[in-house]
Amino acid sequence: MMDWIGAFFLVFGAAVCLVAAIGVLRFPDFFMRMHAATKAGVAGAGLVLIGIGFAAPSLEIAIKIALANLFLLLTIPVAGHLLGRAGYVAGVPLWGATQRDELSGVLSRGVFDRPVKNAGDAAKPGQHAAD
Amino acid sequence: MSGAAALEIAAMVAGVLLVAAAICAAVRIVRGPSTPDRVVALDMLSLIGVAVAGLAVIVSGSTAFVDIALGVALVGFLAVVAFAGFIERGAIRADESEDAP
Repeated sequence: MMDWIGAFFLVFGAAVCLVAAIGVLRFPDFFMRMHAATKAGVAGAGLVLIGIGFAAPSLEIAIKIALANLFLLLTIPVAGHLLGRAGYVAGVPLWGATQRDELSGVLSRGVFDRPVKNAGDAAKPGQHAAD
Repeated sequence: MSGAAALEIAAMVAGVLLVAAAICAAVRIVRGPSTPDRVVALDMLSLIGVAVAGLAVIVSGSTAFVDIALGVALVGFLAVVAFAGFIERGAIRADESEDAP
């Protein structure tokens, strides 16, 4: 029975990892990609580790997996926060259809010499309402 | 089907899914378009590395790979924090002037 639960968690976690990676690949701007990597990525890796815990049950492995999950949950949000701040300060462009920028005027932004075109800039949902 | 056989098949399926995920992240590293995008994809790759090190426990039967997963989980974070510091201070150009005209 433990093997079946472990198998379920392994496949489920790997599928969540794949969804996160597709998000990193397909989302239109840097900040959305960061959300995909830091939220779904941690969930996927953590679920795979929990699956290992069910598949190879022993106290030693359980403690190590709990530690690894704890470190993932503590460190990846910090890294995501720092990277998002660094990207904003450096001036990574927002997606064209972004409605509001709460940080404008709070943090100074750099400007890119060369315009970076985000995928999906052409599809601006706000403009259909204006037409 | 016995539980052990199900576990082996699940490990194979999970391996295929993780390789596909790693390919997606690698494509984002190659494409950019800016340095922070690449660092996010690197973060994603290190998370996939944690998952793959976990899978190696099942495939190889050696429980030492749990320690590797723990180590990768700690070290990947340091790389991202270092890159974030460099980008914020301007030591690395976020818009990658080397391939600009």
